[in-house]
Amino acid sequence: MNRFIAFVKKEFLHILRDKQTLLIMFGLPVVQVVLFGFAITTEIKDASISILDLSRDHVTRKISNKILSTGYFKLDTYLDHEGEIEQAFKEGKVKEVIVFGRNFATEFESGNARVQLIVDATDPNTGTTLINYTSAIILDFIRGEYPEAGMFRPVALETRMWYNPELKSVYYFIPGVITIILMIVSTMLTSISLTREKELGTMEVLLASPMKPAQVIIAKVVPYMILSFINAVIILIMGKTIFGLPLEGSLALLLGETLLFILVALSLGVLISTHAATQQVALMISLFALMLPTILLSGFIFPVENMPLILQLIANVIPAKWFVIILKDIMLKGSDITDIWKETLVLVLFCLVFIAASVKNYKVRLE
Amino acid sequence: MRIILFIIRKEFRQIFRNKAMLPIIFIIPMIQLLILSNAATFEIQNINIVVVDDDNTVTSHRLISKLEGSPYFNLQEVLNNRQNGLKKLDKGQTNMVLEIPLYFEKNITNHIPVKLQLSADAIDGVKAGLGSGYIQSIVSEFGNALIQVSGQTTAIGGVRISYSYWYNENLDYKTFMVPGILVLLITMIGSFLSGMNIVREKEIGTIEQLNVTPIKKHQFIIGKLFPFIVIGIFELSFGLALARIIFHTPFIGSFWLIIAFALVYMLVVLGIGLLISTITDTQQQAMFISWFFMVIFILMSGLFTPIENMPLWAQKITLFNPIRYFIEVMRMVMLKGAGFQEIKYHFLIVGGYGVALLSLATWRYRKTT
Amino acid sequence: MSEAVIQVENLTKKFGDFYAVKNIDFEVERGEVFGFLGANGAGKTTVMKMLCGLITPTSGKAMVAGFNVFGQQNEIKKNIGYMSQRFSLYEDLTVIENITFYGGIYGLTNAEIKERAYRLIEMHGLGEVKNQLLASLPLGWKQKLAFSVALIHRPQIVFLDEPTGGVDPITRRQFWESIYEAAHSGITLFVTTHYMDEAEYCDRISMMVDGEIKGLGTPTELKQLHHAKNMDEVFVNLARKKEFIE
Repeated sequence: MNRFIAFVKKEFLHILRDKQTLLIMFGLPVVQVVLFGFAITTEIKDASISILDLSRDHVTRKISNKILSTGYFKLDTYLDHEGEIEQAFKEGKVKEVIVFGRNFATEFESGNARVQLIVDATDPNTGTTLINYTSAIILDFIRGEYPEAGMFRPVALETRMWYNPELKSVYYFIPGVITIILMIVSTMLTSISLTREKELGTMEVLLASPMKPAQVIIAKVVPYMILSFINAVIILIMGKTIFGLPLEGSLALLLGETLLFILVALSLGVLISTHAATQQVALMISLFALMLPTILLSGFIFPVENMPLILQLIANVIPAKWFVIILKDIMLKGSDITDIWKETLVLVLFCLVFIAASVKNYKVRLE
Repeated sequence: MRIILFIIRKEFRQIFRNKAMLPIIFIIPMIQLLILSNAATFEIQNINIVVVDDDNTVTSHRLISKLEGSPYFNLQEVLNNRQNGLKKLDKGQTNMVLEIPLYFEKNITNHIPVKLQLSADAIDGVKAGLGSGYIQSIVSEFGNALIQVSGQTTAIGGVRISYSYWYNENLDYKTFMVPGILVLLITMIGSFLSGMNIVREKEIGTIEQLNVTPIKKHQFIIGKLFPFIVIGIFELSFGLALARIIFHTPFIGSFWLIIAFALVYMLVVLGIGLLISTITDTQQQAMFISWFFMVIFILMSGLFTPIENMPLWAQKITLFNPIRYFIEVMRMVMLKGAGFQEIKYHFLIVGGYGVALLSLATWRYRKTT
Repeated sequence: MSEAVIQVENLTKKFGDFYAVKNIDFEVERGEVFGFLGANGAGKTTVMKMLCGLITPTSGKAMVAGFNVFGQQNEIKKNIGYMSQRFSLYEDLTVIENITFYGGIYGLTNAEIKERAYRLIEMHGLGEVKNQLLASLPLGWKQKLAFSVALIHRPQIVFLDEPTGGVDPITRRQFWESIYEAAHSGITLFVTTHYMDEAEYCDRISMMVDGEIKGLGTPTELKQLHHAKNMDEVFVNLARKKEFIE
């Protein structure tokens, strides 16, 4: 046991002395959390709009003021004629042009006033959202002006946003960031570090020592496990304190599931290292066969259900997908183990398969 | 000049002889384009929805069939129990639950306003926001139709709102993503490959033999980087052709304007690659560093999420991100038909950036230590 | 025969506080085969790299082929050839492609490249493998090629850093024959090695111990001075002296 502890200590020193590993291990999570938390947001704010007001009367002015006072929009320019719309879009800044028809105030009384909303739909979601927001504001204005108009609306819709009432994108991203970081630290760094020992020939020396092969591997893996766990906790604390991320479910369950996922990631790292002959290969496998699919198909940023069927099927064999679901359920929905036992079981299975495959590969190599 | 030609010839020979390089240059980008444009999408379609129909009448069925007909929704089930609907939401089995209350039809015929309840799983805010917007418009339309049928005036406030979606009428997300993904591809090729290429000469020691020759720094650098410009431009043209054929991405502006901008942009990308090669000694280090910065550059490029949504400080950071400019230019020229006049500042900024980076990298590059 | 092509005075290179090379002086004359000996880490390679313009010295003076190592490195590089300790030609190019590439880098015309490539291939017996990738050749052939490349632009001086490391005795013998052949044509050869038997082949040798030159002269002179049968003993003698002083 003493020997084992000494070995783990040595591994820690290796890691802590390597600046690049440290950068990836602790720099990347912090940068990603900050970027995703603050910068990468799908919430509309200060979208540039232009207004082409063909009436210039008191009603259009009121509506314009109302639209501009919401904080969603900011005025780029007032246009003078329709010919300018094209140019406004081409310059790239203006996302929406609001066109008020002629004689707006008079037509308004008779119920025939016209507004045209033109959006730059190169980004379809932004385009649609802008139209939704603008029409909602205009309808709201009408209701304010003509309270009795509301009486004529036979069907109204009342919407409740569950789990994330303010539609904050950070809620959506943080669980994904945790997953990615755990993958990078546990799988990528572990596989590279193990392969390095192989490449440098030091693995042979270790295997010739009185320690059992399994002990050697576990000792190499333990530091990464601890560091991964610390990392996950740091991100959770950052999410909680900086972004007010809720934790509806049990903390113990969350940490337990995190440990389980770390085990999955580590066993995958070991598996890669039994396949890869050089660090270069380990790195390539980790990056292209692992990180890219994980980022794209885990539902971390991009919703999986809109992808072509084949990609959705592939997504099922990506462990991260299941962990992202577990994290979101525990943190945002307050799920307990009875709600997520299926996902948990899938992770356990992944873990067992990876370990079995590594042991098999390992034996083949030794024989 | 002749010396540069000799280096270029050697580089091309090595690139085409390397069995690992050819797939990296020709096949992986193709696969990436195909997969990324399908996977990296915020396209909101097929939102799963469950309807709880407490009314179960002709009118409520008519509303449900409207939902069913919408391309945005995937009607999973019609239930008659509210609790079951919410349980599905809780378990993540559906994205939205719409409740149609009892006496829905009766109240409508008696001109009593009714309220529908929509519960959305809002963890994915975009989806919840857009989805509820779509339902809102379906419900409004449904309501307006009812009024016309019952002969009431349409004076629901007095304004008719009409919508136009310019440049992408079908709201095709791929039209939005493909130009950006192409930028990503040539950025990766340019900076990763060029950086790794020079570091590789360092790592295997061949650079030493070159360093004892009277070759000038600029000859070495031009000779080294030129092949990557050719590959990058080839890659871009190839990608544009694929985009056209497979995704029917529109191309309104001038092809040559894009190529001209790409040439200027390559200076920046290659400058980055060269700079990385001057600060690293092994290919692995070069990979790690380029990867670290690439993640930040890509996230801050406006590729996935609009830059205007970012907080001001983050928007300022993106001003230093070359990828941002090229993505803007691609979208402006390809989708909106912008000409040189509209993107002249982009040319200026990226050109300046390229000259600055290349000078810095050349200055940092040392033949003698 | 008395024209010095390399003149070194008080040359010093420090890495931080460590003196890799300390105040060394020597001269090499045209057409000499000059052996530069020392144990691993004695500073041989550092001296060579300074003379080739790969490293800038900390202080002192050195002229190579009539040019100063401070500031005239590029002029030096036009007049020298270099063969590195680590094999450093392109494994993924053929023999002829490597020669042509370096010929081009040194600014030769196409006709010159063709003619010299032909001669070098003849001289080193590389004819049968000239269209093979280097990766497929044994080390001995690669080293011959590296030497050919170092001669492609007809330099005044050729620096060889441990040229025979890791090859069998017969190939080593052949390699030294090529070295003599080059010397006969008036080229000066500056060779580092740690094989003491090879030292006997040199016209003159210097022995480096811990960054300083401890012995300089013809092999015969050095053997007499140290009452030694062979160069090995000379070397052991010099290295021991250092131990006594410490």
